[in-house]
Amino acid sequence: MTGIRLELRAQSPWWLNVLLPLGAVGATLVLCSGLVVLAGADVFTAYSKLFLSSLSTAFNLVETVVKAAPLVFTGLAVTVAFRAKFWNIGAEGQLLAGAMAAAFIGAREGLPAWSLVPLMIAGGALAGSVWALVPAVLKTRYKVDDVVTTLLLNFVLFYGMMALLDGPWKDPLSGYPDSPDIRMEAEFPILLRATRLHLGVLLAAVAAAGVWLLLRHTTLGFEIDAVGENPNAARYAGIHLAAVTLIAAAVSGALAGLAGVGEVAGIHFQVMAGLSPGYGYTGIVIAMLARLNPIGVVPAAVFFAIIITGAEAMSRATGVPVFLADVIQGMALVTMLAALMLTQYRIRLNRPGHE
Amino acid sequence: MNEILSQVFQVGFFAAVIRIATPLVFGTLGELFAERAGVLNLGIEGIMMLAAMAGFSTAFFTGSLWLGVLAAVLTGVMAGALMGLLTVSLGLSQHVSGIGLTLLCSGLSFFFYRLIFGQPSSLPKISSFEPLALPGLADIPVLGPILFNQFALVYLAMAIVPAAAFVLYQTPWGLNLRAVGENPHAAYSAGVSVTAMRYQALLVSGALMGLAGAFLCMAQYNAYTFGVISGRGWVCIALIVFGQWNPWKSAAGSILFACIDALQLRLQASSAVHLPYQVFLMLPFVLTIVGMALVSRNALAPAALLKPFRKEAR
Repeated sequence: MTGIRLELRAQSPWWLNVLLPLGAVGATLVLCSGLVVLAGADVFTAYSKLFLSSLSTAFNLVETVVKAAPLVFTGLAVTVAFRAKFWNIGAEGQLLAGAMAAAFIGAREGLPAWSLVPLMIAGGALAGSVWALVPAVLKTRYKVDDVVTTLLLNFVLFYGMMALLDGPWKDPLSGYPDSPDIRMEAEFPILLRATRLHLGVLLAAVAAAGVWLLLRHTTLGFEIDAVGENPNAARYAGIHLAAVTLIAAAVSGALAGLAGVGEVAGIHFQVMAGLSPGYGYTGIVIAMLARLNPIGVVPAAVFFAIIITGAEAMSRATGVPVFLADVIQGMALVTMLAALMLTQYRIRLNRPGHE
Repeated sequence: MNEILSQVFQVGFFAAVIRIATPLVFGTLGELFAERAGVLNLGIEGIMMLAAMAGFSTAFFTGSLWLGVLAAVLTGVMAGALMGLLTVSLGLSQHVSGIGLTLLCSGLSFFFYRLIFGQPSSLPKISSFEPLALPGLADIPVLGPILFNQFALVYLAMAIVPAAAFVLYQTPWGLNLRAVGENPHAAYSAGVSVTAMRYQALLVSGALMGLAGAFLCMAQYNAYTFGVISGRGWVCIALIVFGQWNPWKSAAGSILFACIDALQLRLQASSAVHLPYQVFLMLPFVLTIVGMALVSRNALAPAALLKPFRKEAR
């Protein structure tokens, strides 16, 4: 009987790392084209708006790169955590923690002007770390499931932030729930005149290279992978599981926190409710599309930056709801997961007489 | 303090607790069926969101609340089937599949809501379920108004807890389901189809999550908003850990959580405490984490939870 059989692969060839995400994205776009048709729009027009509007002018191109910066950070944050099998779904909260720390430090009048930017970066990374260490400690000390705690802590932090914005941080003049503006000297320097290309974009690129070095060329990186792939073998090899999990969580939280620092110091100069439209969750999709490879995070982040910025233009031009961008993110994660099967298994046809 | 106490110990407060607990009971039991069969269904938050949207839209256009409930349940079942495809048939990571399903379902619910309703200046509303006083029972002093003057879906939730316990512990189907969650290889050797059992558990799970979504936007509220679920699905997953994967204890956990939630709602409205209301919104989430930390050390999770089943590999 002819049938399909799955055969375990010993090793996944390198080209699959490139082909799989492309295939997953292609499948996602085909599946989502049904939604475009349902919305009564022409698929070709809608998709060309979605992809090309963010690349059409030099200004839009720079805006897309600026939008990619926080996504690179959250993608890296998820990459480091997932490599250690620390299920950090809390990058959203850690991002907001970093943003709040940056907004607090950036508005301090007593600090010397030159110290503001470095202190905001350090403070934001620290705040993100601390917020990620809460579920990590609960996991290593009390065996509390990290998925649930990281998710719940996102809500705790969001409501905490809103309480601040509605209380001590509320704008006394306008009454808007926005934090006070950071000082002029605290704003990230602009790298390209007349654009919003700020220091945070450069930091994101440096972070991607740094995480690659960390994972590929350091003992800690090796230990993170060992703990993630086979905790029992790692323990047998003398690796301190809890310590490695905590360090991975701290690094992950710091990266997510830096995403928030960049948004405050480079874009908004304050904290408000809509600071992050789910960058933390998009980071999960990005990390998975990149197959937890820090260098792969960069193109994946740029791809979603294109879609997130392009969705507005598509919606204005064709009437397709802007939330198509959210559907694409979820769908891409699902198709990428399904595609990952191909790295573990080879599809073989069973033919009669060949068994 | 006296003012707070007098506000708490009122019949209306406990009636509110029962109302708030209802979607949590549906969601928790839904998650329970999936987890007892060995699948962590992290799609819960998104499934509740999509089902709420489907149920609300159906009720809005047909004028029939029960058709809305049916649509929500069917939506949940379809999402459960998709979770089955990913985690059972393809054997993919349950963590990432569930997060993917939640992102996909919440994206779809936003997309379709905007497509159907556009951006109207006022929130589209339905006339939601009215409380249904059970004749005789509703007249019992104290207990009557708390338990028996509720929405029809509340009675359904009350009935589903013992029914779930009976099905799980007293029927062959329940035995097979638990066997598949504890030791799928043994169950397979005994002739139980692990795949079929896990799919069935996920379909039931999706249906119950659909009921949770339906209740929220058709009984508790009369509209769908993007924040209609706001973390209740994740709370359900925590409540299962708290309830040690037992339907009675999980339902009790739901009621306990609902008490805290109702209390914070009263405190928000009270003039005795001066804090931004978000501090109170935060409270149930903080206490859920504390609760999980207290019980997690001796958690009794199903042994095969999170493990995909392949009959050829052990």
